[in-house]
Amino acid sequence: MSSFAGHWVYWLSIALMMIGLYAVISRDNLVKKLMGLNIFQVSVIMFYVALGKIIGGTPPILGPGAEGFAYFSNPLPHVLMLTAIVVGVATTAVGLALVVRIREAYGTAEEDQIVQMDRDEALAAERSRRVRR
Amino acid sequence: MVSFELLLFLLLVATAVAIVRMRDLFAAAMLTGIFSLVSAGLFTLMDAVDVAFTEASVGAGISTILFLGTLALTDRRENQQPWRVMPFLVVGLTGAALLYGTADMPAYGDPNAPVNNDITKEYIEGTEHKVGIPNVVTAVLASYRGYDTFGETTVIFTAAIGVMLLLGGRRSREEDDEDDASTGPRSEEGEE
Amino acid sequence: MSHDNPMRMRENAILRVTSKGLIPYILLFALYVQFHGDFGPGGGFQAGVIFAAGFVLYGIIFGLDAIQRLIPPIMVERGAALGVVIYGGVGVVCLLLGGNFLDYNVLSAHEPMHGQHLGILLVELGVGLTVASAMTAAFYYFSARAR
Repeated sequence: MSSFAGHWVYWLSIALMMIGLYAVISRDNLVKKLMGLNIFQVSVIMFYVALGKIIGGTPPILGPGAEGFAYFSNPLPHVLMLTAIVVGVATTAVGLALVVRIREAYGTAEEDQIVQMDRDEALAAERSRRVRR
Repeated sequence: MVSFELLLFLLLVATAVAIVRMRDLFAAAMLTGIFSLVSAGLFTLMDAVDVAFTEASVGAGISTILFLGTLALTDRRENQQPWRVMPFLVVGLTGAALLYGTADMPAYGDPNAPVNNDITKEYIEGTEHKVGIPNVVTAVLASYRGYDTFGETTVIFTAAIGVMLLLGGRRSREEDDEDDASTGPRSEEGEE
Repeated sequence: MSHDNPMRMRENAILRVTSKGLIPYILLFALYVQFHGDFGPGGGFQAGVIFAAGFVLYGIIFGLDAIQRLIPPIMVERGAALGVVIYGGVGVVCLLLGGNFLDYNVLSAHEPMHGQHLGILLVELGVGLTVASAMTAAFYYFSARAR
């Protein structure tokens, strides 16, 4: 069975992931959903970077500061996660722009009210189509 | 220091719970900045200095600005949420499945983990002999995996275009007057 | 402290003096991070974001018009595209010189390691330019919408 000392990082990353997922699926406010997505993203990056860590190692920078360390921490997860962070903020920017436009179009940024407005509009369109026939 | 990492991680979890529960979105945006900064500290403890640098500057800098900019254009407070049990079930099941999956994972910080294989050794030694710069992460990012970084730069450019297309047009004045009067969704003719 | 006549941020002495003192160092630090990405943590992404943070700080305190006078939106849009072009251009130049796409070894006639250094420098410049322009553009569009 897995030990606490060996796996606590993974468990806490999963806890953080689930908090982010809860914010995305249960909160109605669109901006709060995007914040939850942010939390989810950081937790995944944490998980990934923890995979590359070597206890007794040093950051992967060669040079005089790295003398005396047996290992370098694995640089490959760092490279991939650097990409992921910047792409994440880019997609957050597009998501927030979409929220601004939705707020302008519907007058609210709460998902249940938006869905209700769409349903009312579809119902009204259906009714007017039946009257015309 | 394992214990310090544990403390920072628990602080991170507490901040995340506070972000989810807080209904004042302005305060929640500030808390996401704090969340990014604490996670940057945690990345430094995990020897990921480049990732920490990027997360601190991007998360605590630009991301906070974007959230505040959005909150200036939308409502500041979140409505009271009704109590639902389904999200807890979904989250609980997913979390349980993921926790079950970590049983076979290598221990944290194990030098003999499968991820530390020959490719890592080749990157580190190749950086010393073939590329000649001290920062292995930059050498891998720009030279060994330069093609991926090219794609990523294009993605950032595309995101800038996306924001420009969504927010760049002029907001017509009739929309602002209609904003106060009606409550329904805008029709397409009223826009622009 | 009357709330019906709030002082604009550029009239607040503390904000004005502090930001005018800090912004040059922020931009200088961004330049340092850009070019020292080879020797320590840093590189194009971090430098671009710090550049954008400096510009955004100026824009927040002194107004959107002030920062757009210095860095017009058209320059920002073109800068984002130019960064990608620089990156792809380095790859194409490597192709023209006989190597593979983004194979920096052929960039230098006498020593492949110098070619690697040159290639990484130019490529990080492209990345830094695109990231700085994209983040500044996002700030511009969000602020302009609020008018």
